[in-house]
Amino acid sequence: MQSEHRLRSRIRALSDGAATGLAVLSTLLVVAPLVAIFVYLIYRGASSISLAFFTDVPKPVGEPGGGMANAILGSAILLGVGSLIGVPIGISGGIFLAEFGRGTKLANAIRFTADVLNGVPSIVMGIAVYSLIVVPQGHFSAFSGGVALGIMMIPTVCRTTEEMLLMVPNAVREAALALGVPNWRSVLAITVKTASPGIITGCMLAFARVAGETAPLIFTAFGNVGWSARLDEPISALPLQIYVYALSPYDEWHRLAWAGSLVLIVLIVLAVSLVRYVTSRGVLKGAS
Amino acid sequence: MGVGIEVTNLNAWYGTNHTLQDINLPIPANHATALIGPSGCGKSTFVRCLNRMHETNPIARVTGTVLIGGLDIYQDAKPVEIRRRVGMVFQRPNPFPTMSIYDNVAAGLKLNGYSNRRALDEIVERSLKNSALWDEVKDDLKKKSGASLSGGQQQRLCIARALAVDPEVLLMDEPASALDPVSTAKIEDLIFQLKSQYTIVIVTHNMQQAARVAEKTGFFLNGRMVEFDSTHKIFTNPSDKRTEDYITGRFG
Repeated sequence: MQSEHRLRSRIRALSDGAATGLAVLSTLLVVAPLVAIFVYLIYRGASSISLAFFTDVPKPVGEPGGGMANAILGSAILLGVGSLIGVPIGISGGIFLAEFGRGTKLANAIRFTADVLNGVPSIVMGIAVYSLIVVPQGHFSAFSGGVALGIMMIPTVCRTTEEMLLMVPNAVREAALALGVPNWRSVLAITVKTASPGIITGCMLAFARVAGETAPLIFTAFGNVGWSARLDEPISALPLQIYVYALSPYDEWHRLAWAGSLVLIVLIVLAVSLVRYVTSRGVLKGAS
Repeated sequence: MGVGIEVTNLNAWYGTNHTLQDINLPIPANHATALIGPSGCGKSTFVRCLNRMHETNPIARVTGTVLIGGLDIYQDAKPVEIRRRVGMVFQRPNPFPTMSIYDNVAAGLKLNGYSNRRALDEIVERSLKNSALWDEVKDDLKKKSGASLSGGQQQRLCIARALAVDPEVLLMDEPASALDPVSTAKIEDLIFQLKSQYTIVIVTHNMQQAARVAEKTGFFLNGRMVEFDSTHKIFTNPSDKRTEDYITGRFG
């Protein structure tokens, strides 16, 4: 009896250890690629980062130095336009799917469309916006690039918003309705607010994803070797600049491409952390 | 002040399920009325018909007349107006998780466009005092989330939230069934005090609770109201055999 009991507890301890070890191993496997990429980028790119990188525009071939200041500004403008389009439309769509259209044919059609849109290759998105905006206007523009990025953000924002709203317990909705709060107001002030941490995460995910997109910008924002902050002119973007430099035959440009990649990743991390910090302030003690 | 409720020929459905059949019931003003009966007998559906929460379910339907203080709530008023006059406390405490204690109590007023801060402060304090929670939370009103309180405190917070919009009727759907005995006793004390100002309808599985807090008791069974009388009569000398079987524990 005694020995059988001891054997069992030994097996239990062993399987517990195995499960924990497996979980830790999986975590490491998840984090490893990110760390590897980051370390490699620092190794290849850090030495080319100087103050000039953040203040100068690209120099012609053969001239040393030059930076990606215009590309950093361009990426910020493109992502700003993209977020202005993608976030409000995506969130509104998600609210409709979760709160107003639940179970209706229209909602099912929208959900299906969003999922398909999510799977559309980004180069196709670029060509679509090219024929819808660039061709009629007759020129490449920052605006068309922003639209392409914005459309790419919509499905991610929409579906995560829906998922997060559906996680809000029905009891919370009923509590608001039972106070005589109209449904639309209860949705905006209670349900969406309760789900807002998750919704913000969804927006950040979409933002980070399109921040590194090159393909949809090739036919829309096009790129620009000089300064431009205008929405109706071609504009530079970090991923575009990296793409052009990496394809070039010049060592100097290769180094700048590595540096640009490092800066792009760091800027995305900074932007996401900033939003997280700003939105996490004012959270109450014990709030779930 | 509370007002009386007059229910006539009330029928309610969930889809094809006829959950309430021909309910007729006079609920007196400024008293507590308890509704007892086995699970699934329709008592929760019944109270949800009194503030038109039943119809928030898309497959739900209701017919019949409910007069609250003389007002026909299904003919002459919008659901949001009724729900401001008829407060509700649910089985599980459901404070708004992202709001502070203060905002939870003020929510009904704020979300309906009321913004006088001085008056809000007073209403929040009075509501929390009326729900016997003030002394426990007065130092953390705006610092702590409503969700950080214990279960019993959360339920009193929900009562304060319902009281803050100054209703005439308070519906309580098994308000203490998720709470420990000490919290339950506090809620019962509270019901005892509140019934001087509000008409209270309380659904309960706990027959001792009905006997302790309510002057009138209705017994529901299979979607029908079997018997409605003074609590004393229901528990000592019921007229219907089924009521007697239920309160003596022969079923349910």
